[in-house]
Order: sequence, then C-alpha cells, then structure tokens
Amino acid sequence: MKPDEPLDLDSLIACPVCDLLHTDAVIPVGSQARCHRCHTVLMTPRSQAMTHIVMLATTSLILMVAAVFFPFLDVTAAGLERHSSVMDTILAFSTGLLMPLSFAVAALIVVLPTLRLVAILYTVTPMAIAYKPWPHAKAAFRLAESLQPWSMAEIFIVGVAVALVKIGGLATLKLGPAFWAFAALVIVTALKDTFMCKLTVWKTLEHRSPR
Amino acid sequence: MENAGTSQPPLTARAAGLVACTQCGRVHDAETAECRRCGSVLKSRDTTSLQRVMAWWVAGLIMYIPANLYPMLRTTTLGKDTSNTIVGGVIELVKHGDYGVGGIVFLASVIVPVGKFFAIAYLAFSVHRPDTMHNKARQHLYEVVEFIGRWSMMDVFVVAILTALVQFNIVLAIHPGIAAICFALSVAFTMLSAQSFDPRLIWDADEASQP
Repeated sequence: MKPDEPLDLDSLIACPVCDLLHTDAVIPVGSQARCHRCHTVLMTPRSQAMTHIVMLATTSLILMVAAVFFPFLDVTAAGLERHSSVMDTILAFSTGLLMPLSFAVAALIVVLPTLRLVAILYTVTPMAIAYKPWPHAKAAFRLAESLQPWSMAEIFIVGVAVALVKIGGLATLKLGPAFWAFAALVIVTALKDTFMCKLTVWKTLEHRSPR
Repeated sequence: MENAGTSQPPLTARAAGLVACTQCGRVHDAETAECRRCGSVLKSRDTTSLQRVMAWWVAGLIMYIPANLYPMLRTTTLGKDTSNTIVGGVIELVKHGDYGVGGIVFLASVIVPVGKFFAIAYLAFSVHRPDTMHNKARQHLYEVVEFIGRWSMMDVFVVAILTALVQFNIVLAIHPGIAAICFALSVAFTMLSAQSFDPRLIWDADEASQP
C-alpha cells in the first residue's frame, strides 16, 4: 500500500504501542495477532469470551466480599489471641498521621479492584445477554482499562506471605477462610484477564452501539 | 495480520497523515480530536509526554529519599522500642536465616525502585539519541518497567498487615513509620512517570532513519 492511495480508515488498525498501520483482518478464534514491528499482541479473540468474562468477574466479586469480611488471619502471641479481617488491615492505619496510607491501601486492594470488576461487568454483561451495550459502556470500559495497573490484589497476597515469615518468630499464625478467598480471587481475576482482548471488546462496542 | 506497510519505510499512522487511538487502535483523519470508537482524546504524538515523565520521576525520587532514611516499622516489645528502615528490615530477615524472603523484599523494595529510576531516565533521554540501544530492547525495557513497577508496593502492604495483626498491648506491638507513606508515594509517582511515557517515541526514530 502506498501512502498516496486513498485509505479506507475502517479497514485499518494502528498498533497502540508503535503506531504502525495494519490492515484489520478477521482473526480466527484462539490465535493471536501481533504487531509486525514491535510484536505487541494486538488481538487474541477467544471463543465464548463474553460469557466467560461475565462468569469469572461475577465469581471475583463474590470472592471479594468473602475476602474482605471473613476472618483473614489468627495470631497468637504470649497467650493473647487476635483475629483480623482485611477490614482491620485497612483500618490499622486509620489513626493519626498515617490515615492517608490507610485510604491508599483500601483503594489499592479493595476499592479499585471492585470498581474495575463492576465496570467490566457493566460493559460486557448487557452484550453477553442481549445484544446492545448499555449507555456509557464506553466510559465504563475506559475506566476499567485505566484502573488495571492500580488493582493490586495479587501484590497484597505476596505481602501477606512476607508478613507471615516476618512475624513467624514472634507469634503463632493460622490462616483464615478470607485468605483462601483472596488467593482464589487473584487466580480467577487473572483467568478473566486472559479472556479480555481489549481491541476486540472495543470493536464489538463500536459495532453494537447506536450511531 | 498483514502489515499495510510491507514496502519500506514502515508506514505509521502519522506518516500516512492519520492519527491513531492508543486505547483501541482505531485510525482517524489527522484533525480528529476524539476517538469515534472509544471516546479517548487523540494525539498523534504526546508532545508533553517527556515533561510529565520527568516531573513524576523527580517527585518519586524526592519521596524515595525519606522513604529510606526514616523507619518503616516500629516494634515495641515490653516497653522497648526498635525501629527498622527498609534496608534494616531486609538485614533482619537475613540475620534470622530467611534468605528467600529477605531476597524477595530486597528485590521489591530496593532493586526494583532503583532500577526503575535508571530505566525511566534512560528511556526518556534515549528518545533523542535513538542509536544507543535497539528499539526492540528499549520497548522490552519499557514493558518490564510497566509490569514490575507496581510490585514495589508490596512492602507497604507488609507494613499494613503487620500493623493490623500485631497489637498485643505492651507485650508486643508494631506501628507503621513515616517512611511507609513516603515509599507508597514514591512507588505511585514512578508508576505515573512510566505511564506518562509515550512508547511511540521509541519507534519514531525507526521511521526517520529509513528514508
């Protein structure tokens, strides 16, 4: 294709990372389309992706409720026992100077991941059940995409493991149900993200939105 | 997927007089201000990108200094106070023989943040000196920085968990130190710095060098 030829904009797609133009072909389900120059994955459509996303995101939301309110860890030291839930972890900083930190921790491990799941469900569920997306679905999906780096549930789990080792010598510990709910949440969320192909979701949204 | 620009030079959206959306890949005429597919603001190249990268980078570095000088954790055992900085916490873990966990904490709280400062600075400066390192290598470096940077938040979560769990009045209590806030801010600022970087800048030299 030469630059001076008239271009049909609908048949083109540009790599979001390096700006290289590609012709927008239909990608067979289960295969990957990569950028020619920088090898960024452009599209990886999966079969039944929307149904899977809805199921897995709903599962994640339910697990999140369990993870936040069920007992997370039991600590025993010098005959004293203490139960704590994720809620307590968040409230731990809520005194004095370190209050802003408690807000940040709450946001990173509970509020933002939950918001992201809700935004994804809002975008995808109507399209999976009926056909047309709900109003503001585009804004919801943009929000979900921008929240991705700030949802840190998986990092929290590794932090728990390190904390367990750190106080291993000072106290005895028992893992509660919420810990396992959180671990499952991390796995289910990661599984859901493998079904999410950003470009395909955007193309579907555009295709099904009223003009 | 077929590359529209198989003949040299690589045909980018900008070279074709178009503007592409970095969110969804849709291609538009150069004057379009908002993406028709996803509603994102369109810019052929983010001209303020490097300024924002450096501003967040400096903010992150400023916060990183007190994060290392002040205590991260304050442990009170029977009226005796001991404070630990980030590096002090790692040394303590190694002294107890927990080499594995000590290594993870050292990696997440020292190597990754320091490496990230160098990597972002290198990426920003090499935009104007394109032949220092191959484009693909710089693209990989950028992806690694984006992917790994968030994991530094782990130490903040460790502090949150320990503070919530270990509260046994005078027998044993752990309190967060001021460095926890500084470190959390430093990680957030460097994440924003990396997100401000426009990876298309890495590839523009490629276009210019092949007439």
